[in-house]
Amino acid sequence: MAKFLEYQGKEWLRKAGMPVPKGKVASSPEEAKEVAEWIGGPVAVKGQVQAGGRGKAGIVKLVNTPEEAAAAAAEILSKTVKGLPVRQVLIEEKLDIKKEYYCSFVINNAREARSPMLMFSTEGGMDIESVPEELIFKLNIDPIFGFKTYDAIDFCVKAGIPDDELSKFASFLTKLAKIYKEYDCQTLEINPFVMTGNGDLVCADCKMEIDNSAVGRHPEFGIKIARDLPGEPTELDLIGWSIEETDARGTGFLMNMGYDEVSPGYIGYHPIGGGSAMMGLDALNQVGLKPANYADTSGNPVGSKIYRVAKCVLSQPNIDGYLLGGFMMANQEQWHHANALVKVLWEELPKKPGLPCVLLLCGNKEDESLEILRKGLADLMTPDGPGKRIEIYGKEYVTDTKFIGERLAALAKEYRAEKEAHGK
Amino acid sequence: MGILISKETKVIVQGITCREGSVRTKYMKEYGTKVIGGTSPGKKGQEVHGVPVYNTVKEIVRDQGEIDFSVIFVPGSVLKTAVFEAADAGVKNIIPCVEGTPIHDIMEMVAYCKLRGTRLIGPGSIGIITPGEAVVGWLGGNVEWANKFFKRGSIGVFSRSGGQSGTIPWVLREGGFGVSTVIHTGTEPILGTSMADLLPLFEEDPETKGVAVYAEIGGSQEEECAEVIAAGKFTKPFVIYVAGAWAPEGQRFSHASNIVERGRGSAKSKMEAITKAGGYVAETPTDIPLILKEKIKD
Repeated sequence: MAKFLEYQGKEWLRKAGMPVPKGKVASSPEEAKEVAEWIGGPVAVKGQVQAGGRGKAGIVKLVNTPEEAAAAAAEILSKTVKGLPVRQVLIEEKLDIKKEYYCSFVINNAREARSPMLMFSTEGGMDIESVPEELIFKLNIDPIFGFKTYDAIDFCVKAGIPDDELSKFASFLTKLAKIYKEYDCQTLEINPFVMTGNGDLVCADCKMEIDNSAVGRHPEFGIKIARDLPGEPTELDLIGWSIEETDARGTGFLMNMGYDEVSPGYIGYHPIGGGSAMMGLDALNQVGLKPANYADTSGNPVGSKIYRVAKCVLSQPNIDGYLLGGFMMANQEQWHHANALVKVLWEELPKKPGLPCVLLLCGNKEDESLEILRKGLADLMTPDGPGKRIEIYGKEYVTDTKFIGERLAALAKEYRAEKEAHGK
Repeated sequence: MGILISKETKVIVQGITCREGSVRTKYMKEYGTKVIGGTSPGKKGQEVHGVPVYNTVKEIVRDQGEIDFSVIFVPGSVLKTAVFEAADAGVKNIIPCVEGTPIHDIMEMVAYCKLRGTRLIGPGSIGIITPGEAVVGWLGGNVEWANKFFKRGSIGVFSRSGGQSGTIPWVLREGGFGVSTVIHTGTEPILGTSMADLLPLFEEDPETKGVAVYAEIGGSQEEECAEVIAAGKFTKPFVIYVAGAWAPEGQRFSHASNIVERGRGSAKSKMEAITKAGGYVAETPTDIPLILKEKIKD
């Protein structure tokens, strides 16, 4: 999902007519001071990163003057939370909080639901996991007819909202339900939304995640990569996205999985399809190896697309091996993979001589594909050649994750020993 | 018998003139599927591999009567309208072989088909095959491959992965079994029809003696099958293989549907549920035919 930072989510809530605190984002102590002066009075300074537990991490501070806001911003902007550097702070008016509430809209894929679901609790402000189950009220929302005000009132009564506040809460929740759908959110969580001293409901926080498949119809969001990434996009992520964005013929998926490009035990990972990816991970995890990246060339992609994905996977620095994990009897004709691989391995292996490469390719046009690999790579696979650790397998091993994992582990061990012997 | 499709099933293709629609129409027809028409607005009167093109689905119904199945090949961004069109025309089953559909559109489609009494398979399914009779979608790839690997027999097959929907039939074939019908349920996190919804059809089918499943971590489809079995609504041998058993929690994949979070949807939870309900868990896919041999009595 394309995740928004708090200040971005709030900006979109504001545009949709929801009450959010007066505030602006700043990227330096000077800017923070200016915003605090503009707001006037005490402010909250909140570090903007994609991580929960920001209060505990010390990146949310309440201060009284613009000078204090600048100092708090300086401190917060020097921090790193869960590996993510804090690059921006949101400066907001300090709210006069009477009570905190929780609400979120998520996708409920249970068989009897298959619809959005609202979760609401009068015990907001903390981690939803720590709120007792009986205090979380849930309601499935009809995807066609939406969330009606009278149903919202009914729901709020059950959740324990007093009579004189029913209309206020019902209106707040139905508006959010509408926004959830209009913005094509996967998740919309407001924790907390608060009642202020004069009785207004305000969104004090916002977690908004947009459905990747709907990003195309929201150019206003300006989302560059519609993908679930652990942090900011890496160079590999950007290349991966460009492969997919420019060519719609089959899937050519590529993303980083948190590999630091130094640690041992990482494998350039190239499965074909989500199912085979899972079996490939079983193969790696069983022998203590880890995937450096995630990739996928299924859905009958053209050879050039497979070539670009394989090239990126193999050119990652310091990997201990490469796995073409075709753990499936593919319906797609596999010779496109064979041709692409021959080209890539000839280009990349001379730069990484002896790199273990286990190639498993099964299914439609398998015999022809394996022949293309064997013939095309023969001169690379000589006993002293850069391709001496290439091994090629077909359908006899299509489900044998144990064997494939063990082969890769054994070859990787040899390869590391050889690298160490060369003092690298 | 088999389920859902046979050589009598009247099939149409929405988006028949696009690249994928046209190629798959040829394949489905060559395999023996009764493809009676297709739609592509403004192209009425044309033919695609001998199949007549119409402007709308209702036009086909007026011309040729009720439709059993519509296979849809249009981009995910405009799929909702196509599904509504088929449902409004009274098509009994709809299978969009399309990925990348916005999730809110999917939820609307599912609700709409329910109102109309239409069965929606997927979205994101690569198809269904009843070997020797008919195929919808692109499961099987081409006639030569489909004939080689999908042998007719007594095992119903579900696959949660499109790519893997050929693997279990192949493993079964090696182990001496054939398949009655193979279904890929689709890749999206919300599906119109889950395995549990279809299990009663395999129960009723006299040809099917057991069911084999290529399962994956994430979601709750396998747990729902366990409920159906425990409730006595499916009584034949049921064997699953769960991929991703070694995946650490939170590891993500290309399908949004296989994220393991907080124990829910984990391989362990699925295996335990199935075993408890009276089904069987295969450690590797190749164990599936061995278990079926032991459990099918005839």
